[in-house]
Amino acid sequence: MEEIFKTVETIAKTIAPSYEIVEFRGQYTLIVPVERLVDLMMELRDNPDTSFDMLVDVTAIDWLGKKRNRFEVVYFLYSLKHKARLRVKVPLPDNENPTCPTMVGVWESANWYERETYDMYGIKFEGHPDLRRFYMPEDFLDPATGEPLYPLRKDFPLMGIPGALPLPPYPERDGELQ
Amino acid sequence: MGLDKLLGQDGFLTTTVESLLKWAQKSSVWPMPLGISCCAIEMMAFASPRFDVARFGSEVFRMTPRQSDLLIVAGTVTYKMAWVVRKIYDQMPDPKWVISMGVCASTGGMFRSYPVVQGIDQFLPVDAYVSGCPPRPEALIKALMIIQEKIEKKHKPILFNFGKNVSPTPKQEEYHTPMADIII
Ligand code: SF4
Repeated sequence: MEEIFKTVETIAKTIAPSYEIVEFRGQYTLIVPVERLVDLMMELRDNPDTSFDMLVDVTAIDWLGKKRNRFEVVYFLYSLKHKARLRVKVPLPDNENPTCPTMVGVWESANWYERETYDMYGIKFEGHPDLRRFYMPEDFLDPATGEPLYPLRKDFPLMGIPGALPLPPYPERDGELQ
Repeated sequence: MGLDKLLGQDGFLTTTVESLLKWAQKSSVWPMPLGISCCAIEMMAFASPRFDVARFGSEVFRMTPRQSDLLIVAGTVTYKMAWVVRKIYDQMPDPKWVISMGVCASTGGMFRSYPVVQGIDQFLPVDAYVSGCPPRPEALIKALMIIQEKIEKKHKPILFNFGKNVSPTPKQEEYHTPMADIII
């Protein structure tokens, strides 16, 4: 294991003792619980031996029916100083109303990534300054129930729900609108 | 007719005003390039010197729908974008024609998923569909020629306008041929 990942392990040990670190083909994944996540990320960013100063991406995984914790948020970190990459996975305990602390205070770039993750998976990032939908329209709701829809969840049908996304009027076919 | 022979000697030609107007209209189709995805690259090639759509009198790409009479929808149309496409179409003055370029615009293509409209003919009257992903510029030229043929055969230009509304409500449906006729 490279020096930097040894340091990552030490940091994780002190801040989140129930951590797990997995290596696969030279790529390291740190799996940590959601409590004290911000402290851990702060330390990973500020410690000169790790200095993960760049957040490359934030996304999520929906393990519907595969794992007990349905949602997992994944952070991809990069250290410009050490030229190393780290993946941090955070399983979220609440399956119905998944929430996760925001990383905007640690990396500014988390703002839009978290909005995107919220748009696609419905994970609420607590403390996010502007948690709105990113790609889908604001009123992307199930026409039958009025519930918001999150398209990358595994229980969302691939072709969408008819009527959730309206098309513009077609007066040449349907006659003029009144 | 004797008149033909007589005038022909002096370099004149007899025709009807309608066919003259049609000829003028069909040889100066001004496209509005709505390049919303990768197909736009081929649409640019279509206007470039190599394929040279100027040969067909259609080289003036207008970046505003208000000055154009042919809408080329080149790319994937999402449900969000559909409203924009429709708005652009509504701003074009009559008479107007639409080319649906590429499988994405025609049927949704490979994007068989929730955000992509499965064919722009769900909200627009389309005059020519171009298959391919992306279509070759020649295919788009063929579509343009189909539009010109349509102008020649089906379009009835308004010859005199006695104070009527210059741009009546769209009646594109009259010129709309069934899809099977015009697949390239
Ligand atoms: S048809 Fe192919 S080239 Fe054209 S927009 Fe779709 S994916 Fe791109």
